Amino acid sequence: MKSAVVVFPASNCDRDAATALEQMTGSKPHMVWHQEKDLPDVDLVVLPGGFSYGDYLRCGAMASQSAIMRAVKEHAEKGGAVLGICNGFQVLTETHLLPGALMRNADLKFVCRPVGLEVNETQSVYTRKYSHGERVVFPVAHGDGNYFADDETLNRLEGEGRVVFRYAEGDNPNGSARNIAGILNEKRNVLGLMPHPERVVDPLLGGTDGRKLFESLIETLS
Amino acid sequence: MKARVFVTLKNGVLDPQGKAIGHALNGLGFGAVGDVRAGKVIDLELHESNAEKARASVKEMCEKLLANTVIEKYEIELKA
Repeated sequence: MKSAVVVFPASNCDRDAATALEQMTGSKPHMVWHQEKDLPDVDLVVLPGGFSYGDYLRCGAMASQSAIMRAVKEHAEKGGAVLGICNGFQVLTETHLLPGALMRNADLKFVCRPVGLEVNETQSVYTRKYSHGERVVFPVAHGDGNYFADDETLNRLEGEGRVVFRYAEGDNPNGSARNIAGILNEKRNVLGLMPHPERVVDPLLGGTDGRKLFESLIETLS
Repeated sequence: MKARVFVTLKNGVLDPQGKAIGHALNGLGFGAVGDVRAGKVIDLELHESNAEKARASVKEMCEKLLANTVIEKYEIELKA
């Protein structure tokens, strides 16, 4: 599986993503600066966590206007996999590759801790190696992860099996609607999630629950 | 021509920041304060003297970047 990680000014999980990808796939991902106009020939594009453009205006708003995002959109439209983690999820909603918006955490606090999640949907290139309802623990680290969409959109996401990850009951760290932690686009090739699977692929870093996400991708895209 | 854009959360969208400000004001003894909503003001200088054109262009800016219309609404004020 060939992959690329987009680097925005003030991305700070780009190297975490690169390390995880290298560890899982055995080959180094391309690091693509946001001013590039084209993506290399890859199967997966990762939009990493961080604070792109200092979160100016709204989280992900500036990054969504970057030159590279046009290429990322084209890649997604052609069915290529795009994984947005944390700030990457915010960029995907601002780019309208995913519906809804990520608002300030309900208690206004930056939250940085491991959270319990439930794998709600295994019919996706990202989660096929998990079992339905499986409980996993991924870390979160964000101030704006409160997923919001109107009821019609939320019903549609649930009805179409596009809510892939939910915060475990009682462990919603940010007030997200219906405990939503991660969603797919309609074509199911774009995933955005607030928690960090790339930080749990090595037991030395506190867990390996994220490995299956990368294994799912490798199995499908290699 | 100058434009002032007010960006605020849509009605019905929870505004935790506004709520916190409201609580703080109540705590300061301003008991008359009820619901509080916080927003942004963006001032723009435009090289455009035609008000109609200016408004249309600022509206497009709001739709494309200044507001996230999933959660926010905007108002435009023009000054010569």
